[in-house]
Amino acid sequence: MSWSLGALVLVLFVVTLCVGTFQVSVVDAFRIIGGAQIQGATFVVWDLRLPRALTAVGVGAAFGLSGAIFQTLVRNPLASPDIIGITSGASAAAVVAITMFGLNPALAAPVAFAGALVTATLIYTLAWRGAVSGYRLVLVGIGMAAVLNAVVSYAMTRAEVTDAAEALVWLTGSLNASTWSRLPGLFLPLAVLLPAALVLARPLRGLQLGDDLAAGLGVRTERSKVVLIVVAVGLAAIATAAAGPVAFVAFVSGPIARRLARGSGLALVPAALVGASVVLAADFVGAQLLGGVRMPVGIITGVVGAPFLLWLLAQSNRTGRGG
Amino acid sequence: MEHHGLAAESLTLGYDSRVVVPDLSVVVPPGKITVIVGANACGKSTLLRGLARLLAPSGGRVLLDGKDIRSRSTRDVARVLGLLPQTPIAPEGITVADLVGRGRHPHQGWLRQWGPEDDVAVADALEATGTADLAERSVDELSGGQRQRVWIAMALAQQTDLLLLDEPTTFLDVAHQIEVLDLLCGLNRSSGRTIVMVLHDLNLSARYADHLIAMKQGQIHSQGSPQEVVTAAGVEDVFGLRCRVIDDPETGTPLMVPIAAPHLIGPGRFGVRSGVA
Repeated sequence: MSWSLGALVLVLFVVTLCVGTFQVSVVDAFRIIGGAQIQGATFVVWDLRLPRALTAVGVGAAFGLSGAIFQTLVRNPLASPDIIGITSGASAAAVVAITMFGLNPALAAPVAFAGALVTATLIYTLAWRGAVSGYRLVLVGIGMAAVLNAVVSYAMTRAEVTDAAEALVWLTGSLNASTWSRLPGLFLPLAVLLPAALVLARPLRGLQLGDDLAAGLGVRTERSKVVLIVVAVGLAAIATAAAGPVAFVAFVSGPIARRLARGSGLALVPAALVGASVVLAADFVGAQLLGGVRMPVGIITGVVGAPFLLWLLAQSNRTGRGG
Repeated sequence: MEHHGLAAESLTLGYDSRVVVPDLSVVVPPGKITVIVGANACGKSTLLRGLARLLAPSGGRVLLDGKDIRSRSTRDVARVLGLLPQTPIAPEGITVADLVGRGRHPHQGWLRQWGPEDDVAVADALEATGTADLAERSVDELSGGQRQRVWIAMALAQQTDLLLLDEPTTFLDVAHQIEVLDLLCGLNRSSGRTIVMVLHDLNLSARYADHLIAMKQGQIHSQGSPQEVVTAAGVEDVFGLRCRVIDDPETGTPLMVPIAAPHLIGPGRFGVRSGVA
């Protein structure tokens, strides 16, 4: 399963590099990646499309993995970081820092990370009743997301026009700001967090069976949960810092991956690959749809993701699993 | 299988500040089936969770092989003590083989991944519970009885001498209750595993237990062989139910028959009470 999804990511990646207002052949694209200088094409592929596509892959994988970890940990598909306010926390911190404290937008990533972490801690504390119940966590998180979105709106109405334009990327996810210089900010943390997430999948396999059984199997439940949440929050935060809160990617990737990889456990790697595919595809569609105007990727994922959310809600109500 | 000793020493258990089990001491007889019975909310599940180190005691300690269970790493403990909670959660779409394989968790590590002995342990567990032909099926599709056997298989794959089960027969119809208890009894007789379980049904408890523990208000009311514990006076004291105790015609173990209300006896009914006050 992971292999075919990996192939899909690769195909979408190459298509993104080649197709557009300026067409480049697949061969040329590979030659440019290999270092060849081709008049016009090198600028388009190397300087514009490649960092954008790499950002899409990194952001999508991070969101997909983060969502899958949250959903598995809380045992609730609604518990993804974009629904329970984690990405809103990152956005709110960044927007407030940019518009109210005049922060250089290029330095917003650490602030966004801190915002996400603080939000997660708040949600965890508010939902805590001896242990964290999934349903409480989701309800508290949705409330938190609403509050944080209000904070963002307030900050935007009070902001200078130029600051607001800079902060806009934090409202709708977009890859428009992707450049080579910003890639390390995404991929260095990813290089730590992706392996960490896969290593931590071991206790997650126990936690999936309920806290009591996990403890009986020798999992240190509360400690594992906290570490997993920190890693998942970190993934969501760096993805948000790189491309803004790309709507619903974290939310849809896990369920899609689990349906594709039926019966084969956690499906964390497939979730990351689905996330990368979704962002790549959505950005490609956003670029092609209106000719010259590039639609922010978050609008496309939002349009696709919202009906999925409704479907999932209807589905879970029918089967009585309460979301 | 080598036996491991499990005991509680002045154990005090509770949730938040509410004490459910105050100052309880007990020794689990090794190699035997111990059944804990008692009225609702008497603390029997709490005691089981305490013995399985799922609840941190507010006083006293649980001893595993004579040493405080908390002094050993939880993974070490998980290699000798297995637990099946009352309502374990099967992830959506998981296959039987995958679920049973999760029981191998304490035997694996960051470096030691899945190996041949894990395959053997899973195959043995499926075999012992008669679920081998279900291995590739999704757990969602199974009947209640099959599902419970799969969970027991998961606990068996853990290969622990001590096996603690919290009401393994709840939600099962009477035939499947017998099936599960026969399975557990067979495991005890064939491999000598020490089994501790909480059961609701007093008559089934008396039939399957080597050692019966009756609890009342967080304390051990009485313990011993079923004959010693299941007496008319004992049942009335523990459950607040008046009854007669007769011999189970199948096994000779005590069988509790509740005293009938007056309107159930008399003209028009076929049963008439005899010889009891």
